[in-house]
Amino acid sequence: MFDVVYFSSISENTKRFVEKFGLKTVRIPIKTDEAANFVYEAENVLVVPTYGSGEEKTTVPKQVIKFLNNPANRKHVKAVIATGNTNFGSSFGLAGDMVAQKLGVPLIYKAEILGTPDDIETIKERLEQLWLTR
Amino acid sequence: MEKTKLITRPINWNKIEDQVDLDVWNRLTQNFWLPEKVPLSNDIQSWETLRPHEKKLTMHVFTGLTMLDTIQGTVGATSLIPDARTQHEEAVITNIAFMESVHAKSYSSVFSTLTSTAEIDEAFRWSEDNPHLQKKAEIILGYYNGDDPLKRKVASTLLESFLFYSGFYLPMYWSSRAKLTNTADLIRLIIRDEAIHGYYIGYKYQQALAEESTTRQEEMRGYTYDLLLELYENEIKYTADLYDEIGLTADVKKFLHYNGNKALMNLGYDPLFPKDECEVSPAILAALSPNADENHDFFSGSGSSYVIGKHESTTDDDWDF
Ligand SMILES: Cc1cc2nc3c(=O)[nH]c(=O)nc-3n(C[C@H](O)[C@H](O)[C@H](O)COP(=O)(O)O)c2cc1C
Ligand SMILES: [Fe+2]
Ligand SMILES: [Fe+2]
Repeated sequence: MFDVVYFSSISENTKRFVEKFGLKTVRIPIKTDEAANFVYEAENVLVVPTYGSGEEKTTVPKQVIKFLNNPANRKHVKAVIATGNTNFGSSFGLAGDMVAQKLGVPLIYKAEILGTPDDIETIKERLEQLWLTR
Repeated sequence: MEKTKLITRPINWNKIEDQVDLDVWNRLTQNFWLPEKVPLSNDIQSWETLRPHEKKLTMHVFTGLTMLDTIQGTVGATSLIPDARTQHEEAVITNIAFMESVHAKSYSSVFSTLTSTAEIDEAFRWSEDNPHLQKKAEIILGYYNGDDPLKRKVASTLLESFLFYSGFYLPMYWSSRAKLTNTADLIRLIIRDEAIHGYYIGYKYQQALAEESTTRQEEMRGYTYDLLLELYENEIKYTADLYDEIGLTADVKKFLHYNGNKALMNLGYDPLFPKDECEVSPAILAALSPNADENHDFFSGSGSSYVIGKHESTTDDDWDF
């Protein structure tokens, strides 16, 4: 199965979300220079929180951008999941759209904050399906 | 006897203790807006298409929202200042308090644009006489004036992330039927602000809670669910009182469940209401966040909503590819 590579800020919502997947999780460092040097070379799904709220430039956390700037990391991302909050209006989960588009891989889900049990179930199914058809 | 000397410290923004304070400050100030920026007068024609009871409902809903923003601006947010962990947090809270006053005032802008003084006066009288609205204020104010800082934060987060939603439902409903769309734009700005407020106060709560004993943590968990249910019970009555006539009570309830769960998540707790009680009508969700549904059809294959290249590439020089 895919590993889960994720970013989560100090509020750690995304950390608590991915821990419910029951998969191996790997966290992109919060320090930007460490994120830039962080390498992960196993097939994975990338989980990214959205920090836009109207500001295009900050929508994808800069640590995630630094991580993806390394082609070795990019190569192994097979799907993207976004976290966010629908109360941010049209920018809900936008980081997921942006990263998936950049990488040319599917955005398989947008979840809110810590995710509900139902979100987790759907995500597991989708990852399973994607794993079998990869 | 020697007196302890109190030292007053000026705030130093070049020495940040909690990065979240700075990030949230930056986002809140970038998001700053005033009701004068929204062309509310474009809704005058649309307003005239509403039936009398629909107009009255809308005005009652908006005075109810004004009440919550008034409380949060003058009592709620400021009551958090003495418990702030950093001076930067204090500064963020002053921004929150001020924006609540902007929110409260913006409903008055809607009123003066769309209605008459007599109608406005009636709506404000209603807000003073409605038992459920008064009860809601009473419960929340009780905790704001109480002496438990953690409980204050929980009450504040529940106000920001839960209590507003019986009211926010209506402008989203009108917007989904192409009515009062400029007013809906204004409400979306408020909703976005409240989302950051709920996130931030909930985050500070979790930080403070982490330092408490396990017993105290368990007490707070129980208290949080109890308070949510106490408020919920009152919200159900408030909702029925407002929405029965127009036949929307059932859908508003689902919206309350959905947002109640999210309020809990902002406090770090698991959702309470099961999925099938949270299934808000898609039109409302679409009005709330226009692209919320985009990925839902990916695996069912029904449509092209899963799109890789939908978003325009940014000209952000941080990206290397
Ligand atoms: C300042 C700020 C801006 C945000 N902007 C957005 C946004 O534009 N779209 C969205 O869907 N969520 C937005 N969110 C919500 C976060 O994505 C959400 O809280 C997420 O769970 C944070 O994950 P983390 O705690 O792991 O960093 C924002 C949150 C904050 C605090
Ligand atoms: Fe507000
Ligand atoms: Fe608020």
